[in-house]
Amino acid sequence: MELWELTALELGGLIQKGEVSPVEAARAALDRLAGEQPRNNAFVTTLEEEQVLARAKAVEAVLGRGEALSPLAGVPMALKDNICTRGIRTSCASKILGDFAPPYNATLAERLQAAGGVLLGKLNMDEFAMGSTSETSWYGPTRNPWDLERAPGGSSGGAAAAVAAGECWYAIGSDTGGSIRQPASYCGVTGMKPTYGTVSRYGLIAYASSLDQMGPLARSAADCAAVLDLVMGRDRRDSTSLDVPVGGLLTSLAGDIRGLRIGLPADCFGEGLDGEVRAAVLAAAQVLRDRGAVVEECVLPIMNYVVPTYYIIASAEASSNLSRFDGVKYGWRAEGYEDLTDLYEKTRTEGFGAEVKRRILLGTFVLSTGYYDAYYKKALQVKAVIKEAYDAAFQQYDLLLTPVSPTTAPRLGESLKDPLKMYLSDIYTVPLNLAGLPGLSMPCGFDGQGLPIGAQLIGPALGEAKVLAAAHAFQLETDYHRQSSAGKEAC
Amino acid sequence: MKITEEMVDYVSTLSRLKLPQEEKTRMAGELEQILAFMDVLNVLDTSEVEPMSHVFPVKNVLRPDAVEPSADRAELLKNAPVPDLEAFLAPKTVE
Repeated sequence: MELWELTALELGGLIQKGEVSPVEAARAALDRLAGEQPRNNAFVTTLEEEQVLARAKAVEAVLGRGEALSPLAGVPMALKDNICTRGIRTSCASKILGDFAPPYNATLAERLQAAGGVLLGKLNMDEFAMGSTSETSWYGPTRNPWDLERAPGGSSGGAAAAVAAGECWYAIGSDTGGSIRQPASYCGVTGMKPTYGTVSRYGLIAYASSLDQMGPLARSAADCAAVLDLVMGRDRRDSTSLDVPVGGLLTSLAGDIRGLRIGLPADCFGEGLDGEVRAAVLAAAQVLRDRGAVVEECVLPIMNYVVPTYYIIASAEASSNLSRFDGVKYGWRAEGYEDLTDLYEKTRTEGFGAEVKRRILLGTFVLSTGYYDAYYKKALQVKAVIKEAYDAAFQQYDLLLTPVSPTTAPRLGESLKDPLKMYLSDIYTVPLNLAGLPGLSMPCGFDGQGLPIGAQLIGPALGEAKVLAAAHAFQLETDYHRQSSAGKEAC
Repeated sequence: MKITEEMVDYVSTLSRLKLPQEEKTRMAGELEQILAFMDVLNVLDTSEVEPMSHVFPVKNVLRPDAVEPSADRAELLKNAPVPDLEAFLAPKTVE
């Protein structure tokens, strides 16, 4: 078995035992990356080889002094390009940020560094994390390793593709409406969005601040647990970060889910869901049942409202958050302007892509005089109704199980033709962001074309341990998460 | 609701965007379609529901002031599109 085929924890274990050195792991990653990047364009920025090896050597030296650091010390990883890294270009895959190199690190980047993380580079995404396919990137689309003519999903498509192609052992994405879970599903990897407020957003370039949350994409639920143990926790630099006990997720994974009550919301298995996806998710439910969980059908009578509510709130917040990009303080500035207003307008019109402009305009519209009550305030009210529906469901169930996306990965170019249709495909993932809940996407099968299918486990607020317990139990029983696109090509 | 090009113009001005004619026409159509879809929310009676901005109860977190070094000016200015030693440069706003 090649090193790139291992899970992050398996590689971390070999490093702790001294059987593989961090420098060897880094070299393996750099080799793999050099071969895969021209095929899938998962990275926007790759660090210089010397930079990566120097970092690996530094971790090696610390480990050599007998400091364990973390179970993932020395394991190469990568960050989505909306996560600030000091001195390293952070572009949000947008023209408008140009060669912006942040003067500071995101809290999450600092925590991974302290845990012995070895950064390989920054991952491609939809521009400003707005999109479901990673095709709106100024740096060109990322391609799905399972079929290079298909999208990897989005907006953390680079993160999902890089893990799927074995270019890194884990990656950090961000999830505002499904941007970790949906690409994880399309690329056959495991991805988790934790409860809102559990991972500091300091240094995450904001899209919709009340919904944004970072989390891991990796080869297993156990890997995700290990990463979350390193990055969760109160941060005084993010006033929405929660002051709750964290850690211990990895050691909590025992594989015993006897008696766990799991609801299957009938509202998530109706019209619009692809038959093969439905069958695979229901088969996953049976696997959980066989391991002792109590799985039964339930209701979630809010699914018609989740997509409009999400797009109103997310666009409104985006229109405000993105007003800071004006060609003055950082990033790119248009040429040939006449005065300050002209400078702003030219820079923003030429610097933002079509999808970003669409959401800025939509957000500005729903916040404007005369429409605020009808759209924005209404959406905030429906958000309360949506949260109540989940509260009611979690009175009866420990977890919910749904599809991640109605279909498997679309062909490149297919989704951008019809924005509304693309928005609708986010139906199963967006309500978790509105309600602040943790959700995990795990591979649960393949369609007739050999494309991965994902199942989503949803927990109550701060129910990460339960979500991961069920996913881990599922992965003890199945090997979908261990299959790779390289294996498919070999067939 | 009909979204006219004048409405797109108005919202564009608020957003500091200036769309070329072709993009404006397309955007008017797309916004109209997206907003029409959002009208499904009117099916729900929410007259008794408080708007919810945050899912978890958030309150102000206070701490004593502490003097700390702030970011280095030269480092911050390095990212400015038009660099200067001590300020961000922009066109003159007041004659």
